[in-house]
Amino acid sequence: MSILLYVEHDGTDVNEATLKAATAASQLASYLDNAEIHALVAGQNSQAVAEQAAKISGVSRVIHVDNAAYAHPLAENLTQLTKGLMDNYSALVAAATTTAKNFMPCVAALLDVMQISEIIKVNSANGFERPIYAGNAIQTLESSDDKLIITVRTTAFKTATLDGSASITAQDSAVNTASSTFVSAQLSSSDRPELASAKIVISGGRGMGSGENFALIEKVADKLGAAIGASRAAVDAGYVPNDYQVGQTGKVVAPDLYIAVGISGAIQHLAGMKDSKIIVAINKDEDAPIFQVADYGLVEDLFTALPELEQKL
Amino acid sequence: MKILVPVKRVVDYNVKVRLKADGSGVDTANVKMSMNPFDEIAVEEALRIKEAGNAEEVIAVSIGVQQCQETLRTALAMGADRAILVKTDAAIEPLAVAKILAKITADVGADLVILGKQAIDDDSNQTGQMLAALLGRPQGTFASELNLADGKIAVTREVDGGLETLSLSLPAVVTADLRLNEPRYASLPNIMKAKRKPMEQLAAEDYGVDLTPRHNVILVSEPAAREAGVKVANVAELVAKLKSVGAI
Repeated sequence: MSILLYVEHDGTDVNEATLKAATAASQLASYLDNAEIHALVAGQNSQAVAEQAAKISGVSRVIHVDNAAYAHPLAENLTQLTKGLMDNYSALVAAATTTAKNFMPCVAALLDVMQISEIIKVNSANGFERPIYAGNAIQTLESSDDKLIITVRTTAFKTATLDGSASITAQDSAVNTASSTFVSAQLSSSDRPELASAKIVISGGRGMGSGENFALIEKVADKLGAAIGASRAAVDAGYVPNDYQVGQTGKVVAPDLYIAVGISGAIQHLAGMKDSKIIVAINKDEDAPIFQVADYGLVEDLFTALPELEQKL
Repeated sequence: MKILVPVKRVVDYNVKVRLKADGSGVDTANVKMSMNPFDEIAVEEALRIKEAGNAEEVIAVSIGVQQCQETLRTALAMGADRAILVKTDAAIEPLAVAKILAKITADVGADLVILGKQAIDDDSNQTGQMLAALLGRPQGTFASELNLADGKIAVTREVDGGLETLSLSLPAVVTADLRLNEPRYASLPNIMKAKRKPMEQLAAEDYGVDLTPRHNVILVSEPAAREAGVKVANVAELVAKLKSVGAI
């Protein structure tokens, strides 16, 4: 049977995370007699998204459900919609974003199966690897469930190309449970690259001392075209908003270059960045654990190092 | 209103875990165990709702080995009114946990269930959502703020793009994110008092839920280690190194 890929979007564009999940779906399909991959686009006025999804490599059909019930990705409505479609599919795959993490386990529960959370590798038709204990251990498992509900750790898979040409099937199966309603959103807007997909990330920790001091990081980020992240300590202290958090329970990133500034390197933070290609740590405490994972460590006060770095770039 | 707070006993968040040599799992013998940090936040939030006069009773529940009663005593010492230990020695997955919790939620008549958003051992992030689905109740996951009014609960959620606020009709299920509150420490008198609070003991088998794991764990292994890096003397050397490897 086929695989259903949940397409995350902002009403205009397919989220890059979905393109990573598409690669995982393709790998799974190769173990399932090259099962077809269908992409589910649920939204309101989301024709542009459906057209983009039709180009995702490996996708043979887009199921497009355009209805006000899906204007916001409410878990209750998405769950009912997806569960209804799963009669025809043997697997549901989505990137492990906050949207998918919200509704995918609901679908699993209603289908009476366990979700397979944040896979980093596909080993067989029912075999996967996933990190546990903040990435300090890797679990290799086989699912005995007849349907697979899978979220994908996006840093572990390549981005699928957009060279396909799938057919688009419009479906109107609106479910509005109305038990939860959207009230408001405060989304960060920034001209910088998105944290989850940026090639370079520079993050600040408690050592930054204040939100104002993040200006030092911003200047370096501007020079490098980097996204800005933070440790939990910096977010908890109110220096930067929650969506900056990199770590076990925040965003997991694996850029080509990760620069950790004033971050001690708690295991919860390392969980979110240790798969980066090159890690740089700047910290005045030479015993900070961050240096154990850093390719290049600079023991220096960040308040002298950052301005100098900006100047030398 | 009654609030149910499920709590999980996990390896303490400060412990660097060691794996068993045979690859069967994480070595938990003689390792410090604590309440899952997200569950502590859930307990705290339930207590604050009660202290604000919006709930009559906070009930903590834990499913697992006998020692989970220590975790429950922590919840009682923080201020929960009573506790339920559902005992099992088996490794139990989120789906089975959610099924048992669904029955307990109905048994105790809880209008609100607050859970931690994920356990820091298996990092599944499933139980709260599964519970909401099984109960057919609305959910507010990854909550950083709760406001109860007029039979509804406004939940501000931490999402990838920032924050989002939903309004849920009660009864509902909420999962706690890091910034919902800062959990209190139990005072010594409250720790003593907790010893006399009621703790019901039941067996997981009593709930008629199939506890057989759906995931067959074949191996638990070390992640690929990073090779040790080098220290650079100054910013100039750092920039030179990064340029030489083409990183900038």
